[in-house]
Amino acid sequence: MTLTSLLIILTVISLAFYFIAKRTVLIARSNGQVFHSLPNYYGLWAGSLAFFPAVVVLILWSIIDIQLFQSWVRDFYPPEILAAGGSQAIVALAKVENIVAGIRFGEPEAWVLQAGDAWIGWAATSTMLKSAVVLGLATVCGLIAYRQIDSDFRARNGVEKLISYGLIAASTIAILTTIGIVLSVLFETIRFFQLVPPTDFIFGTEWNPQFEGAERAGSGGGEAKYGMLPMFAGTLLISSIAIIVAVPVGLASAVYLAEYASPKVRSTVKPLLEILAGVPTVVYGFFAALTVAPAIKGLGESLGLTVASESALAAGLVMGVMIIPFVSSLSDDVINAVPQSLRDAAYGLGSTKSETTRQVVLPAALPGIVAAVILAVSRAVGETMIVVMAAGLAANLSFNPLDAVTTVTSQIVTILVGDQEFESAKTLSAFALSTMLIILTLGLNFFALQIVKKYREQYD
Amino acid sequence: MENSNIKTTGNVFVENPRMTARNVDVYYGDKHAINDVTIDIGEQEVIAFIGPSGCGKSTFLRTLNRMNDTIDICRVEGTIALDGQDIYAPSVDVVPLRARVGMVFQKPNPFPKSIYDNIAYGPRIHGLTKSKSELDDIVESALEKAGLWNEVKDRLDQPGTGLSGGQQQRLCIARAIAVSPEVILMDEPCSALDPIATAKVEELIEELKSQYTIVIVTHSMQQAARVSDRTAYFHLGDLIEVGNTEQIFTNPSHQLTQDYITGRFG
Repeated sequence: MTLTSLLIILTVISLAFYFIAKRTVLIARSNGQVFHSLPNYYGLWAGSLAFFPAVVVLILWSIIDIQLFQSWVRDFYPPEILAAGGSQAIVALAKVENIVAGIRFGEPEAWVLQAGDAWIGWAATSTMLKSAVVLGLATVCGLIAYRQIDSDFRARNGVEKLISYGLIAASTIAILTTIGIVLSVLFETIRFFQLVPPTDFIFGTEWNPQFEGAERAGSGGGEAKYGMLPMFAGTLLISSIAIIVAVPVGLASAVYLAEYASPKVRSTVKPLLEILAGVPTVVYGFFAALTVAPAIKGLGESLGLTVASESALAAGLVMGVMIIPFVSSLSDDVINAVPQSLRDAAYGLGSTKSETTRQVVLPAALPGIVAAVILAVSRAVGETMIVVMAAGLAANLSFNPLDAVTTVTSQIVTILVGDQEFESAKTLSAFALSTMLIILTLGLNFFALQIVKKYREQYD
Repeated sequence: MENSNIKTTGNVFVENPRMTARNVDVYYGDKHAINDVTIDIGEQEVIAFIGPSGCGKSTFLRTLNRMNDTIDICRVEGTIALDGQDIYAPSVDVVPLRARVGMVFQKPNPFPKSIYDNIAYGPRIHGLTKSKSELDDIVESALEKAGLWNEVKDRLDQPGTGLSGGQQQRLCIARAIAVSPEVILMDEPCSALDPIATAKVEELIEELKSQYTIVIVTHSMQQAARVSDRTAYFHLGDLIEVGNTEQIFTNPSHQLTQDYITGRFG
């Protein structure tokens, strides 16, 4: 029985328990019996009890049985493969799995065929057992729930509990995923730090990972340098330019929309601004590389400045435009949420519109505005495409916005694009960069939260 | 006296008026909210506006310092004058007007700032003080006049929103006093307060009467009877009757006033 059909049958069983339980209570109620909860809750209780434990078992079983087969199949490997281990074992496993999937390359070795047959046998048994256990569990749990139905049983409270468990499970998934991401990056980072000393990486001012291709071509040579500072300087430079553009423009347009614009103007302008957020970053990348960067170069050179054809300024300006909607749209919502009574109080004392906005409305909306800016900053720090296209890939340690610089994210992309061997320091450096980037953004968030706490003005 | 075709019962005029309203109509879009109201507000008197919900008493109150300007669809006709000067004249700036005619709202609405900054807000935006010590004096005297000084003098840097409801409302009154207005408009100032806080605010109104003209909108007839010198009864946008409070509550001339006072509706 396939997974899909098993799930369908399970759903049907659960729905059946739902309707039967509900119907039972409805009939009993029409006969004058008084129940604690509404009939629907008894149905939900029986249905959920039939469904969820069985689904959990189904998922766990499906994960675990493959792991088991993978370890059992090792018994079939010839001793030399077992002895060699490592990549040999991985290749052996892949051969067996191909047989199981029905793919044959040439004439497989005899042990592979045997292993494949054994695996297919195990899989068939496992599927049968799994179907039986899951459907049996669903029926048993459903029946237990059904037997519980009587006038005193508090099905509503039970369902409420189940809902709260469901919500906890959902938030756990988000947290576990985050932990998983951090850990996966962290382990590779530790491997990197075994090859390159952390101090060289963190305080190094030169970034020159050795490219194997360059070495083969004879132009390599020299020592590979893994200093992260140039990229972090580039990230900070470009993000700062973006923030300098986006925060004043975004905030001013939010204030206009929330405080000054007529409802008609607001209902047109706000969606238009939000379109900016929907433009793919690649398109911003073109725009930066083909329109803004040459314009800046032309303007700068007419003023007698040396401007790189791919400059941090171009990337930063366009990135700033990209994150305007984050600042403006969220801030607009927050400003709108400031109670009208505060504005009335300010007007009643003779404040002008701009005094009211600056001295009363914006301070009251500050926590939300800071949250909007944090979101925009995270977007800016994490943005890759615009930088790859418009700011170049030269890892210069420079704070001059007219130079070509590169950012952490665009370096990670350059390192990981294409075929890479996972043992080299060059590839692993991408993970070290990611770790540092995660630490940087966490630090920024923490810092911003402290600011919010300090300046927060609580209303109502 | 000046105008003979007034449909309001009682005497709308006083000897030395601070504010005068003549034939005032207010519209919200197509809705006619206030219909031809003429009334004087005397020097250093407390005048109460009473009437059933939706009768226009709050709307009329808000025309007295042009708070209705903040509502786009609102339109005011007729003349309202403060010390003989038309406050709706094109040459009049609402900023100094609202400094002269202060307002206290139904729900206490302290700014989410410290107690000190709440009081100092008005003097600061109007540039009333030259030095920090002058500002300190204004804050202290405003809080003292509002009877709040002893309760808050040790925590002027704490947020105003941390006070109790009654204290918040007195803070709002102190905030209005701090800009030295001539008239204070109060829009149901006690409707969100408990009886003890209400008593304190009423006591305060009694004390403030010697220095300010106070116009108070209230739903509570007992409150109107307790605090006001004159009472005006509004009904569906019309000003039905104006008179001395005692006379209105003991011997109303108009049938509608009598019905309202005796609790037949409202």
